[in-house]
Amino acid sequence: MPDQEPYEPERAIAGTGMGGTMDLGTSEAVTLEQPPGPDGADPREKPRSLWSDAWHDLRRNPVFIISALVILFLIVISIWPSLIASGSPLKCDLAKAQEGSQPGHPFGFNGQGCDVYTRTVYGARTSVAVGILATLGVAVLGSVLGGLAGFFGGAGDAVLSRITDIFFAIPVVLGGLVLLSVITSNTIWPVIGFIVLLGWPQISRIARGSVITAKQNDYVQAARALGASNSRLLLRHIAPNAIAPVIVVATIALGTYISLEATLSFLGVGLKPPSVSWGIDISSAAPYVRNAPHALLWPSGALAITVLAFIMLGDAVRDALDPKLR
Amino acid sequence: MAETTEPILEVRGLVKHYPLTSGILFKKQVGAVKAVDGVDFELARGETLGIVGESGCGKSTVAKMLVNLERPTAGEIRYKGEDITRLSGKALKTVRRNIQMVFQDPYTSLNPRMTVGDIIGEAYDIHPEVAPKGDRRKRVQDLLDVVGLNPEYINRYPHQFSGGQRQRIGIARGLALRPEIIVADEPVSALDVSVQAQVINLMGRLQDEFDLSYIFIAHDLSIVRHISDRVGVMYLGRIVETGRDAEIYDHPTHPYTQALLSAVPVPDPEAREHRERIILAGDVPSPTNIPSGCRFRTRCWKAQERCALEVPLLAVPAEFRDVSGPAAHDSACHFAEEKQVVPPEEPDQPGAPGPAGPSGPHGAGGSHGADGPHGSHREDSEGG
Repeated sequence: MPDQEPYEPERAIAGTGMGGTMDLGTSEAVTLEQPPGPDGADPREKPRSLWSDAWHDLRRNPVFIISALVILFLIVISIWPSLIASGSPLKCDLAKAQEGSQPGHPFGFNGQGCDVYTRTVYGARTSVAVGILATLGVAVLGSVLGGLAGFFGGAGDAVLSRITDIFFAIPVVLGGLVLLSVITSNTIWPVIGFIVLLGWPQISRIARGSVITAKQNDYVQAARALGASNSRLLLRHIAPNAIAPVIVVATIALGTYISLEATLSFLGVGLKPPSVSWGIDISSAAPYVRNAPHALLWPSGALAITVLAFIMLGDAVRDALDPKLR
Repeated sequence: MAETTEPILEVRGLVKHYPLTSGILFKKQVGAVKAVDGVDFELARGETLGIVGESGCGKSTVAKMLVNLERPTAGEIRYKGEDITRLSGKALKTVRRNIQMVFQDPYTSLNPRMTVGDIIGEAYDIHPEVAPKGDRRKRVQDLLDVVGLNPEYINRYPHQFSGGQRQRIGIARGLALRPEIIVADEPVSALDVSVQAQVINLMGRLQDEFDLSYIFIAHDLSIVRHISDRVGVMYLGRIVETGRDAEIYDHPTHPYTQALLSAVPVPDPEAREHRERIILAGDVPSPTNIPSGCRFRTRCWKAQERCALEVPLLAVPAEFRDVSGPAAHDSACHFAEEKQVVPPEEPDQPGAPGPAGPSGPHGAGGSHGADGPHGSHREDSEGG
């Protein structure tokens, strides 16, 4: 059995288990066990957990590095947009409507004569905020409900599963048109609320399945046999082993939530002017696409890159966390 | 050492049926999987009871009920005279301290996200009265030492160990609360043969050291013989034959036991040629639809009409009742007869009869000496 592992240090340890001289093996194994350690520091007794193994993989994955840098950049400019855009996204000069690129205004002007570059930079804030907050809401609500349903089973689980079925049957865009058109508030909160409302069943299903898988493991039974309470079983044994798929799906979903916000804003039920959002800009530029394609292309491009970055990040995280690929 | 003392654990009429339901919204019970269907046995202090049987015969379900992971449908499990099957809350927690389990698969029985120290020390988090806070790390290290692992491994994760080492960790976790009974559900069947012997011998040593009683569940007959004082043979949710190990192995009277034993590999090629192999026809019947009368009759070469009508009781068969020999042990068969299927082990050959005779060499000699490499390892591990 020890020979199955291609991992040299493991074999060294295994060798001692076979009845060899344990002391000799130990000193050797401990030093061998520390290849280029995950955090480089602490060369003695800090072995890699599965999470740090995943981090170790991620750091070597160019897809992860590129997408993480893009996302980092997006987060920075959504917190401090003035770092790279000096003007105001709301300062518009109709005289300059639809004009192309010119010094100081690299992306040109849109149909209202607003600076496309400034608006694209400021639009990141809405997208990133909606994406992150909606994902957090979905992940927390979905994993708590799904996790509890999966753990306890029974009638509550049956009811929850049917409710998720109902939510899955609601077409997202149609639901958005109906629900959001009655709301007058022009903030990001109704949009986030709507996404959480429609998004949690997806995470809930993943969390439920993953908890059901995890709770059948012998180590959960072993803890139960020791007398562990349900909360200990859930928090110490099940959650850490069931959370990986939730993280992966949530990261990928984050990208789609950003595009959903843009879609709703484009349709006029998400954010409305004078808010700044890529969806609004795409919507307002669409009628003039022949005369001023740049006003459409820049915000669309920014949206596409953002969504792509989050989806690629989710992919990379999945590859790192999926034990079957190890 | 068995019959003289009062049993520490007594199982009476243990039954576990899993309902089979049909219907989507309104569930209707259409039958039951009779995983365990009336099991009785007792366990004396310091004794090892082996339970053998093929896959699906209900061995693991019995184990789970003993450690209260499953609630029995009916029957009693008496620990020191108290029925533990209906306990909950504090009383259950106290009983759990005294009955612990070692699991089959060392790869799934250890939480991959916890260090060895946390895995073994969790027992003390759950039962803080067992060990004061400052003392816990020391205790975990002592346990690692006791099971033959380097105490410095306390901060490692399970995936950094080999299968045998992981099983030692599992045993250390089982020992953490100083239980009196350990239920071992196939503790070595996931391990390499060379490692199996080490783990078995470790368990034998711990039994003496901590005064443990074992319920040892396995499908490997030779391992059960090596470690057990008494053996129960299970078939389709029931014990069909039980007795001291020499009685079962050398003088089986139930046809199912005889068939099982005839399948044990014989290392001596000459003996192999002479022995008779009993090949059973057909498969184990489904536990949802257990045959009437004797449950083994569908595959038994001795089956007659009586077997379909009358359930054979687990008792000393009538024909052996008056003889005091190794064949006079409990066997649930109407037509029990002695049949030697395994060539007897060397030490048993000269003076076989009498229950005390053969069990001596096994109980004592079996759990120690057997293999060389382990002996040296044991010393190493204790030194380090």
